[in-house]
Amino acid sequence: MLKKIGAVLVVGGGVAGVQTSLDLAESGFKVYLLDETSSIGGVMAQLDKTFPTNDCSMCILAPKLVGAGRHPNIQLITNAEIKKLQGEAGNFEVTVAKKSGYVNEEKCTGCGICAQKCPIEVIDEYNEGLGVRKAIYLKYPQAVPLVYTIDRERCIGCGTCREVCKADAIEIGSEKETVILNVGSIVLAPGFDEFDPNLKSEYGYGRFSNVLSSIEFERILNASGPYGGIILRPSDGEIPRKIAFIQCVGSRDAKIGNNYCSSTCCMYAIKEAVIAKEHNPQLQCTIFFIDARAYGKEFDAYYDRAEGEYDVRFVRSRVSRIEERPSSSNLIAKYVNDKGPVNEEFDLVVLSVGMNPPKHAEDLARVLGIELNEYDFCSTQTFSPLETSKPGIYVCGAFSSPKNIQESVAQASGAAAKVAGLISQEKGTLTTVKEYPPEREVSDEAPRIGVFVCRCGINIGGVINVPEVVEYVRTLPDVVYAEENLYTCSQDAQKRILETIEEHNLNRVVVASCTPRTHEPLFRETVRDARLNIYLFEMANIRDQCSWVHMHEPQKATEKAKDLVRATIAKARLLKPLPKPLINVTPVGLVIGGGLSGMTAALDLAKQGFEVHLVEREKELGGNLRHIHYILGSEDPQQRLTSTIKEISENEKIHVYLNTELVDVTGYVGNFRTTLNCNGERKEIEHGIAIVATGAHENKPTEYLYGVDERVVTQRELEEKLAKGDFEARTVVMIQCVGSRNDERPNCSRICCAQAIKNALKIKEVSPKTDVYILYKDIRTYGFKEDFYREAANKGVLFIRYDNENKPKVTQENGNLNVLVWEPVIETSIPIEPDLLVLSVATIPNPDNKRMAQMLKVPLTEDGFFLEAHVKLRPVDFATEGIFLCGLAHSPMFVEESISQACGAAGRAMTILSKETLEVEGAIASIDENLCVGCGLCVSLCPYRAIEKDEKGTARVIDVLCKGCGTCGASCPKRAIMIRYFTDEQILAQGLAALGRTPHD
Amino acid sequence: MTEFEPKIIGFLCNWCSYAGADLAGVSRIQYPANIRVIRVMCSGRVDPVIVLEMLANGADGVIVTGCHPGECHYMEGNLQAERKIKMLKKLISRTGLESERLRLEWVSASEGARFAEVIKDFTNQLRNLGASPLAGENPDKTILAGIIAAKAVAGASRLRTLVGRERTLIEEGNVYDEKVGQREFDEVMDGSIDAEYIRNRIHLLVKDKPMSVEGLAKHLGLDPKNVLRHIVVLRQRGLVSLDRIEGEDPLYIALEVS
Repeated sequence: MLKKIGAVLVVGGGVAGVQTSLDLAESGFKVYLLDETSSIGGVMAQLDKTFPTNDCSMCILAPKLVGAGRHPNIQLITNAEIKKLQGEAGNFEVTVAKKSGYVNEEKCTGCGICAQKCPIEVIDEYNEGLGVRKAIYLKYPQAVPLVYTIDRERCIGCGTCREVCKADAIEIGSEKETVILNVGSIVLAPGFDEFDPNLKSEYGYGRFSNVLSSIEFERILNASGPYGGIILRPSDGEIPRKIAFIQCVGSRDAKIGNNYCSSTCCMYAIKEAVIAKEHNPQLQCTIFFIDARAYGKEFDAYYDRAEGEYDVRFVRSRVSRIEERPSSSNLIAKYVNDKGPVNEEFDLVVLSVGMNPPKHAEDLARVLGIELNEYDFCSTQTFSPLETSKPGIYVCGAFSSPKNIQESVAQASGAAAKVAGLISQEKGTLTTVKEYPPEREVSDEAPRIGVFVCRCGINIGGVINVPEVVEYVRTLPDVVYAEENLYTCSQDAQKRILETIEEHNLNRVVVASCTPRTHEPLFRETVRDARLNIYLFEMANIRDQCSWVHMHEPQKATEKAKDLVRATIAKARLLKPLPKPLINVTPVGLVIGGGLSGMTAALDLAKQGFEVHLVEREKELGGNLRHIHYILGSEDPQQRLTSTIKEISENEKIHVYLNTELVDVTGYVGNFRTTLNCNGERKEIEHGIAIVATGAHENKPTEYLYGVDERVVTQRELEEKLAKGDFEARTVVMIQCVGSRNDERPNCSRICCAQAIKNALKIKEVSPKTDVYILYKDIRTYGFKEDFYREAANKGVLFIRYDNENKPKVTQENGNLNVLVWEPVIETSIPIEPDLLVLSVATIPNPDNKRMAQMLKVPLTEDGFFLEAHVKLRPVDFATEGIFLCGLAHSPMFVEESISQACGAAGRAMTILSKETLEVEGAIASIDENLCVGCGLCVSLCPYRAIEKDEKGTARVIDVLCKGCGTCGASCPKRAIMIRYFTDEQILAQGLAALGRTPHD
Repeated sequence: MTEFEPKIIGFLCNWCSYAGADLAGVSRIQYPANIRVIRVMCSGRVDPVIVLEMLANGADGVIVTGCHPGECHYMEGNLQAERKIKMLKKLISRTGLESERLRLEWVSASEGARFAEVIKDFTNQLRNLGASPLAGENPDKTILAGIIAAKAVAGASRLRTLVGRERTLIEEGNVYDEKVGQREFDEVMDGSIDAEYIRNRIHLLVKDKPMSVEGLAKHLGLDPKNVLRHIVVLRQRGLVSLDRIEGEDPLYIALEVS
């Protein structure tokens, strides 16, 4: 066997690829993150908002992109594709072809002067063709890496960019290069491609200018999009009043071969309609749909709000055709409703395009030797949702099935855990830990400030009189050195800064250039190399917030630049070195709950060599999986359960505690101490992280004669009957949404549609003559589960829709069960006399969640499930660091989804457990215990539970948990809290200096 | 005559608004050069005292910008900022300074154009309003005294406690598991602002020289009955004591507090 390699190749730089890379890099692996385009970010970077929280997509994504871009152990390889693979799991050799962007990545500063001067305009793919970019371009303003690329196909080779680039970064000669990577494992996250709506010619996309794809509409909604965030019609630039959204364009469509459901379009269409209404409340939005598939956590509540509060109109009908009225470019949607055919006019039509597998899926599969499914998505199994058919190659995100951001991110962390399990012995072998010289003690010295003012080529220097600013700066107190640079961020400038610090014995450094959001880390590293504490550095943003926005007012811009630099210097004079202490981590995990999720998480941690305590309240492991006898398209779940339990019991790293409950939890990330009650005996354990996998329950219904007539059973009870072989019935009626999607529980239980279809198919298998009726509100067989819905319909299962106004009526007459259901198409009530009535009941949260939540100090949703830190980007984290979440405790979900999340929780946990110590951030809050009166306000305000009261009743910051937001300090009634690096004195001095005042007492 | 150019201090949160302002730059969207930005990690970091300090020192306007509600990088620091600004505006309006000189806006990382628009609009608004009475060499003494008193109010525990607890009390409930009505809370808040503001005005006045209830009432344009009530509280707090009696009038003086 070949030696294992501690490096990983991640294919695809969308949100999933970025998450996987960050988790792996944080856990001690070298990561190569490959993207076929010029920057990472993927589709999420194009989105305006994300459902169901309407978060600004770029706001939440950009910090992750920047984090990946500057991580010392993540190497971005852009404009690249895989050509060849050799080797085996643990040791692969990958040949990568990298197209040249003709720009030197080291030298390019991202200033953008090249694009400004480039004479060639090109259709902008990022804005979905609704705007233009130049032939030398950055994919989008916040792109990572911040390096321009020449679009060789469009470039006419005039050489202007090379002339104007002051950084000398344009390298026309550079050609394609081949890179050989030696990695232990590969994670595939190439995402998806949008379905091409041209293929649905009946909707007129490409022929009628006011028919848009949903992603085009997303760009239109975006404030930085082509229309500046105002919704306009492409045909005439007018504001539309009536918009139609057409669902399932390229999904659930046998004609074009995409039988599957794309899983996300119902929700994103609702989101787009809601956001559009927020832009323009007069707008009328109509969504034409087949089934409203709002199946995820809190999705139905969002759907209800769209209909109730935002007045979005939902029409359950498939639009057959769109025609254009040539005079107005308005569009006529042709559809049928319960009254007959309708022609309705709209100003704009948005096609909710589905997800296709990535264009190069077949090439990728061929090169890597992995199997694709019948739709060309990556093939995976129910019990191994993150594994491709080839050992050592894992998959996450939309490549394995259409899925939304939160599920992609959970899978991404899960794939990271899988990789780590494979090559855990090689952790830390290829990562670089940069050594810095010891810090110089400067606390007793008077400030000696050095100021570096950047010209940024002509970006700053062309507007602001930089020499004048430098001259002015020299007159300011404590400034002992000032100079200008062509590019302060260039390699040679770093060397100069370093030398200047030594030469002039500087103990504070100020750079006046671009934004600290992108460049602060670079300069901090430089001052650290020069033996200064990183908090002795500060920046003035005289480009993005000055020269670029006051281009036509050079004098005013120069004055403003002086003010900004003066204000920054005023703050710099007060900067103090801040410690970044280290705390030890106990490399042990606690997993609460011994169901499928808990067992999976425990195994994934143990495979990496971590000790795990697995706590189960019942007398045996298995949880809900014990009641699952069949899974659509899967192996036997009971066999799988047995083998998993065996694996757990044979793994000496895992300590199982049955009949055990948690009594008390204290401590914080890295250092928790938990008291258990095992069979009445107390036991204390120490652990660095905790994973909540406490599952959920099947609700016991109180309607439809359940518990009154023994022929009324739940789906789970039916499944037991089928498994035992004592099923016998001529007519079976199933009622969906029993206890879900009602006033008491507004959200969908997600799994019951497929569960009903699974059991219906089983009935048809064992007793083909049995009539099966499924009474439903919406059939929510998203993703590839749609195939089973079609199969059931083909096998004669009858689906009849009902709504809350016309719920089925169940009565007992002469010993017979009678179900009366309203059939909306023929407008009559149909009586059915089943021998078996099966209720698809809600999945309800564990009643013990409240106690558990209080003990762990984590929140619950209104429904009573656990609430994650961030719906989209931290789906398995809690806001409290070191505690994670997976499986049914999060929300109702299928087996493969529980496994993905469990692996995800293990993946997130390993980023902590893999470190011997955690470094505490320096810019955090600290409380003056002499001033604190113990009112507890800060404790209640802190979103991270980073403040607690000590035994004296005084508030105390748990440094490792504090994120430095500063809300506590600005609120403390006694002003006893100092926010380091943003102290009152520092902010005040900065503000007063900006106003031209000197601070007084 | 050249147009009056206001000086504006902007407190921008790092994650949304500062990024939005950067995007305005990247997109080259032009706006007036009047704003001087101070980056903070969260809009919730902006201490009311610092805002008043800026106004006292001649800022013609102060703008605080944060993430849109529900999008805060720190979950709800922006909502805390919102409560603080609301309180501050009430407080400022009592000093005679225009409360429009303080503004709160939500700007996301993708709203570069909106950031520029907001700044343009605020700058124009301030241009129309004219220079702050506290700017320049000769600030308006009465308003300055008011702002100094307001600073003391904003720095003391009573209002800081109320503001800090406001969201929890209204949205989550109090220790009795009851939600406090916004209106009911506002009454408490308004009463507290009034009382604390006047007490601090009185306290500052009697720092300079001993004054009588009648003298204070006249100076502050208040009912003497009211002034006396506040004197009682100030004496209870050990901030003011009787200096001497002149004729019928007891004169009060501020105590040095160590």
